[in-house]
Amino acid sequence: MVRGKVDSVKVAGKNKKHKVLMYALSTCAWCKLTKQFLKDNSIEYEYVDVDMCSEKDRERVRQDVLERGGDLNYPTIIIDDKVLITGFRKDKIREALKV
Amino acid sequence: MITLEKVRQRAESDAKTNGCYLNPDQDFLKDLFKGLKRNEERYGYPSCPCRLASGRFELDRDILCPCDYRDPDVAEYGCCYCALYVRKDVFEGKTAIQPIPERRPAEKQERAYGIGLESPLEKTPETAAVVAKESSQIERKMWYCKQCGYVCFREDPPYICPICKAKREMFARLEV
Repeated sequence: MVRGKVDSVKVAGKNKKHKVLMYALSTCAWCKLTKQFLKDNSIEYEYVDVDMCSEKDRERVRQDVLERGGDLNYPTIIIDDKVLITGFRKDKIREALKV
Repeated sequence: MITLEKVRQRAESDAKTNGCYLNPDQDFLKDLFKGLKRNEERYGYPSCPCRLASGRFELDRDILCPCDYRDPDVAEYGCCYCALYVRKDVFEGKTAIQPIPERRPAEKQERAYGIGLESPLEKTPETAAVVAKESSQIERKMWYCKQCGYVCFREDPPYICPICKAKREMFARLEV
């Protein structure tokens, strides 16, 4: 098993109420919309562009997503280590973040 | 060097040939074209910008844009997985675009992970199985469309026959 933390990029925001982690692809237009949505709502979040990762980190992401019961689809948003949302589903993200 | 204009022309021409349309949201479309350009530059082929590619042609063969899943997705959901290609009613704004479920089977999605890992200890049994399935070991077969006779040599038959639009069920193995 490949263990350890994957390097992520932190995006600062005024709303720090939730821990938001997003697995994304640098080329994906839906991921870009999701990043913009979080930014527009001043949500502090971290993201990982999985296509830019090393093979080890890719494997870490794969294990993390599958262990949390998610699918290997992007974007995958994990809120407070509890809620996993696959895809840019605005309503679900709003509900989980209460924005 | 591939240009954004070339990527756009290719998509436009493919949409015309196959009876679908490009996403009317020009900014969104441009982001997808940029993603395709980036993938063509780094992998040598335009793999889907919204899916993780392995970087190995044979493993990514089904997600080369337009991907194997586009036609059934546009027909069923009104757009492809990325929403680059859309159906007429979506293009005309009569139907809204929503993220759609992934039709690509999970075992093919797994092919983009763990390929370069060297130590077997780092691999889970699932990853090891995937890594063992290197590009050369993907078994391709001959398939023919029982309706029009179209023949192809690939891992799986197409969802929709590119010639006569028959469904996948109309394809059978061609033994030679």
